[in-house]
Amino acid sequence: MTVVCAYDALQAERGVAALLADGRQVAVFRTHDGSVYALDNRDPASGAGVLSRGIVGDRAGSPVVVSPIHKHAFDLRTGRCVDDERMSVSVFTVRVSGGVIVIGVP
Amino acid sequence: MAAMTRTLVVTGYGMVGHRLICTLRQRDVAGAWQVVVLAEEPRPAYDRVSLSSYVDSWDARELDLPGNDFAGDGRVSIRLGDPVVTVDRGRREVVTGSGYRQRYDALVLATGSVPFVPPVPGHDLPGCFCYRTIDDLDAIRAAAGRRPAGRAAAMVVGGGLLGLEAANALRGMGLSPHVVELGDRLLPLQVDEGGAGLLRGLVQRLGVTVHTRTSVAGIEPDGARLLANLSNGTELDVDLVVFAAGVRPRDALARQAGLPVGERGGVVVDPGCRTEDPAVYAVGECACLDGQVYGLVAPGYAMADVVADRLLGGAATFPGADTATKLKLLGVDVASFGDAHGTSENALAVAFHDAVAGSYRKLVVSDDGQTLLGGVLVGDTSSYGTLRPLVGHRLPAEPGALLAPAAPVPLGVDALPAGAQVCSCNAVTRQAVDTAIDGGADTVAAIKTCTRAGTTCGSCVPTLAGLLTARGVVGSTALCEHFAHTRAELFEIVLATGLRTFSDLIARHGTGRGCDICKPVVASILASLGTGHILDGEQAALQDTNDHFLANIQRNGTYSVVPRVPGGEITPAKLLVIAEVARDFGLYTKITGGQRIDLLGATVDQLPGIWRRLVDAGFESGHAYGKAVRTVKSCVGSTWCRYGVQDSVALAIELELRYRGLRSPHKIKAGVSGCARECAEARGKDVGVIATEHGWNLYVGGNGGFSPRHARLLASDVDRETLVRLVDRFLMFYIRTADRLQRTAAWIESMDGGLDHLKQVVVEDSLGICADLEAAMARHVAGYADEWRGVLEDPAKLARFTSFVNAPGQPDPLISFRAERGQRVPVAVSG
Repeated sequence: MTVVCAYDALQAERGVAALLADGRQVAVFRTHDGSVYALDNRDPASGAGVLSRGIVGDRAGSPVVVSPIHKHAFDLRTGRCVDDERMSVSVFTVRVSGGVIVIGVP
Repeated sequence: MAAMTRTLVVTGYGMVGHRLICTLRQRDVAGAWQVVVLAEEPRPAYDRVSLSSYVDSWDARELDLPGNDFAGDGRVSIRLGDPVVTVDRGRREVVTGSGYRQRYDALVLATGSVPFVPPVPGHDLPGCFCYRTIDDLDAIRAAAGRRPAGRAAAMVVGGGLLGLEAANALRGMGLSPHVVELGDRLLPLQVDEGGAGLLRGLVQRLGVTVHTRTSVAGIEPDGARLLANLSNGTELDVDLVVFAAGVRPRDALARQAGLPVGERGGVVVDPGCRTEDPAVYAVGECACLDGQVYGLVAPGYAMADVVADRLLGGAATFPGADTATKLKLLGVDVASFGDAHGTSENALAVAFHDAVAGSYRKLVVSDDGQTLLGGVLVGDTSSYGTLRPLVGHRLPAEPGALLAPAAPVPLGVDALPAGAQVCSCNAVTRQAVDTAIDGGADTVAAIKTCTRAGTTCGSCVPTLAGLLTARGVVGSTALCEHFAHTRAELFEIVLATGLRTFSDLIARHGTGRGCDICKPVVASILASLGTGHILDGEQAALQDTNDHFLANIQRNGTYSVVPRVPGGEITPAKLLVIAEVARDFGLYTKITGGQRIDLLGATVDQLPGIWRRLVDAGFESGHAYGKAVRTVKSCVGSTWCRYGVQDSVALAIELELRYRGLRSPHKIKAGVSGCARECAEARGKDVGVIATEHGWNLYVGGNGGFSPRHARLLASDVDRETLVRLVDRFLMFYIRTADRLQRTAAWIESMDGGLDHLKQVVVEDSLGICADLEAAMARHVAGYADEWRGVLEDPAKLARFTSFVNAPGQPDPLISFRAERGQRVPVAVSG
């Protein structure tokens, strides 16, 4: 369990990155409807820890984040890359507890 | 197969020769012919029809016909600058000027024509030129450049199409042209008296003096200038003379080879374009078919296609020629088609002359008024695309009704019968276009590829677009799945509705929640309208990572920082600050192409600290991360350079400070050169300014990158105030109407009317929007604030600059560096 930040500190349709105790990075997103999602922050296409800095939106109704490096879109619910089915990122469990965003282990 | 290969020799490599080879290579799938091209000009085939546009760019490559080097085609070899001088029909061999011998199985004469120079005394003096080749124009330009600017004058002999084009080119070079025409009017071949009268008035308003019913009696040297005596007694003091009095078929080879030539020249050919010798063909302007020599490209192309067919065993014959013409002469639209002079038996003419609006329209119809035979349009040629294909067909309404200013019968593509020729250059009918559309061609570009329609003079392109629409094909111009609009339409919506948030905009005009395409577009539109700091409120969520962190993301997730260095001028003290910042934060440094310094390898956490040091030393954001105005590059100019004629640095700094922070559909670069040597490479920029003796020339639409373009002339010899006003208008018009990620070159090309249209809008204010554009730019200039400082002064924005929200200050373990040539570079990470 890792505490990320206060829910209110996360702007709608934007992400932040958090560091786990084991050195992994998690990208946490808040969508327009208030939902919170968490994916591995590492963009599999480039190897850089940047997914938290991508634009959040939707593709055909599915919530996605778009990597800022080569513009691959990842489904926030499943971690699957919408543009290249061979790529995906891990999904972390995430919840809001007492106004704070908390990450579980995938 | 190889043993059966025969050799085709083409003498002359102009547009028609090129067309012949293209058609042959396309159709000769078995490889029956090996083609050898022997040409006089030192460059491969170019678009001679557009020769006059050469003076806009002075870049000969822009005239190149596509694929004119036949690179990679082993069946075509081209020998330039070495014309054929002898044909030995007995041995089936040609010999070139350099003595090179080439055997042939078939020979095509495609030598075109030579300018006719009247044999008046002094016609060959220095300062007398023709107007036919790129070399001619280079020579004219060199001579014009040697004249003291301001009062130089030129005489153009000939008031036909070429003469008026030459006059316009000379005007562009700063000379005052006199046009001398033997006949009683301008454009005697194309236009009737009524049209020519209107044309003369319009042309004279542009500073061209017209002398009709007279000819040149002699030219004599007069110091450094020339004195031309006209047969009516007029004397003209001029600096140079350009002969544009028509052309003569270039048939010397045929004469030497003993082949028959026509009464007024031209190699006599049969309808299969074959000369008396079955192994020798002639095409284009050097051929005489049915006693007629054609000086237009469309009949030449038709002949080329006939010969290609014959060479492959076909029996094609010359289908007859359409001599319709539509062009813009000295800014005046002129078109003539069919029987423009009403010479057919019992032909009737209906004319409409509006001297106030500056338009003249005449239709020639059959005696029952039902069938269109031809016409003349001057001033407004918008109906040409529909009228010309109707020649020989029934008119959709009374001719008078079709000519009236507000024609009650709109002349749409619906009026075109299936057999009507939409593209006369390439003989493409409406039926052929419709078939292509039904076969899946859903854009004008696709129709061009399928049918060749619209690929030569381009005048039928609007008709092609009309046919697409008539066929119910609507190309998708939607920005993305969330907005069915183009960027320009969204801009209009934002302007008109006053909506200023993405949420409101997508709720009312879009669907879903947006994406990485529409969000930055809307962010850019809002920024162009001056809606505060780009990270204020909801806008922050629209920005892509570069704009969100006001820095450029690099492959390992670090960012680069580029402070603005206006005009590339920087003090040693400021250079020291940049050096110290780079040293203290461990940044890699590199000089950019835009005359500033890139600092690479900064992590998100480091950015505010870097900016603090830079901003305190007087730097501000260089917007290298944005689709925005980037840099205005300059040379040192007249302050230092012994060749400079204006202070290019001062102007570059002024422009860069004026337009800094301006967001746009794509990045915008500019350059200012202090003289014509162009050391700032301004013509490779979206906005290029080059100093002249008297002011500045303004060029627009240049870029480097994937498909480099040279900027083209928008205005010449303007003063500083006019220049700034024109740039204000140009940039705002671009920002409001271009597509997403469309640079200025592609934007101008996509306009109906291209650069001419742009000139009308931003120079002549034809849409009446210039005051609005200037006001918008004034608001931008007044509202500018440094974006870096905006972050440093706002704790809420500063809080975003952390790698890990739960561990501030902790470095990103995925980022590491190694040393290379004394600096830090990223250790390659991989996916």
